[in-house]
Amino acid sequence: MLDSIIAWFADFGDSFYDNFIKDYRWKYLTDGLTNTLLITLGALILGIVLGFLIAVIRTTHDKTGRLKFVNAIAKLYLTIVRGTPVVVQLMIIYFVIFAAVDINIVLVAVISFGLNSAAYVAEIFRSGIMSIDPGQMEAGRSLGLNYTQTTWKIIMPQAVKNVLPALGNEMITLLKETSVAGYIGLQDLTKGGDIIRSRTYEAFLPLIAVAIIYLVMVLVLQAGVSRLERRLRQSDRD
Amino acid sequence: MIEIENLSKSFGKLDVLKGISATIHKGDKVVIIGPSGSGKSTFLRCLNLLEVPTGGSIRFEGQEITDPKCDVDRLRRKMGMVFQHFNLFPHLSILQNITLAPITLKILSKADAEARAMDLLKRIGLADKARTFPAMLSGGQKQRIAIVRALAMNPDVMLFDEPTSALDPEMVGEVLQLMKELADDGMTMVCVTHEMGFAKEVANRVLFMDEGVIMEESHNPAEFFANPQNPRAREFLSKVL
Repeated sequence: MLDSIIAWFADFGDSFYDNFIKDYRWKYLTDGLTNTLLITLGALILGIVLGFLIAVIRTTHDKTGRLKFVNAIAKLYLTIVRGTPVVVQLMIIYFVIFAAVDINIVLVAVISFGLNSAAYVAEIFRSGIMSIDPGQMEAGRSLGLNYTQTTWKIIMPQAVKNVLPALGNEMITLLKETSVAGYIGLQDLTKGGDIIRSRTYEAFLPLIAVAIIYLVMVLVLQAGVSRLERRLRQSDRD
Repeated sequence: MIEIENLSKSFGKLDVLKGISATIHKGDKVVIIGPSGSGKSTFLRCLNLLEVPTGGSIRFEGQEITDPKCDVDRLRRKMGMVFQHFNLFPHLSILQNITLAPITLKILSKADAEARAMDLLKRIGLADKARTFPAMLSGGQKQRIAIVRALAMNPDVMLFDEPTSALDPEMVGEVLQLMKELADDGMTMVCVTHEMGFAKEVANRVLFMDEGVIMEESHNPAEFFANPQNPRAREFLSKVL
């Protein structure tokens, strides 16, 4: 019994050495992780900025009837992005749109995932804005604030607070979705683990290591979002 | 102060207001009563253009407000509005609720706006609530804050849209009391309400509305409530009094 346990640990040690230590293989994971984090962060910023903009356009159109043309473009954009798989979008952007352009591959991924995430973020923000009681807009307007002032001072703070859980969810989805970046030959975390697998012909350790790293990142994100939520909930206590 | 001429409003095929004419003078306390669906609230909301009239004209302090060139936002600064459901801003403290508009519109400095807000809060005995949030207040307190928030803009006229309809019965009194004080101070008021006692006591004019028109207008509320001329008014009053 004891022997077999010792043997298992010895095997595990060998395996661990082969997969991570030998030939600096752990670098595939750390370099991949760096790329994954870069892509996620960049795409997140692009997605939130663009998504917010689209949400403002869509709701302004729905509430006031203005911005007809831009709204039509925004709707078309949402339909295309949400109607096609992100991997296909990524490949089209890399192999078709930027085919003849010499551009950093991480930047291509940031653009692809950012444009994709924007569509989902837009709908999240839009639902948040639409969920605010119309009485809030009326109260602001009847005090003499204009549409923009009321939107920024009264509607948005409440809307953003309401959509924070959904936004956190989108962040987590985005982080995990970047794992398809390998399709354009980008060495992200997933690809890093896969390269180790192809060197050592062992699947278990590299893939489990990759999974654990994703999980830890998601847990950290979740903790951050719930802290922010708690701070913003201040005014609801009664 | 406000001259309304042949005002009409339809939502699609539904005609809610069918030609309303009335004049509200400075210092008037006009109470609008009538069955639900009669167009009272729509009429009130047309006065500050929360609803855009489909026809007719409204002149406020000599200015044609239904004119598309009219600066609606500037106009609304002079018309305070109080809603049935208070519509306080839940993410802002009581003090911020009151000072938001004067500060944002650069009418008062932050310090002046806060000083004025505190004065108003003291007047209604809620100064100790300045730093709390709306969720911590009772309905009556919320509505009094909403009234004070409108007053902070120094309006020339106050519009009340069923200000006590969403309140628990024991809280109606405190809100009506504040409205009476306002009336005694000479504020011009237009009030849609179901509080007949308030109407009798405070109003100098009663408009009875039904089916989108003013069925009866009385300059003597006591007489109107005792002896309404219009048969619909008589029927309505017999049900609610």
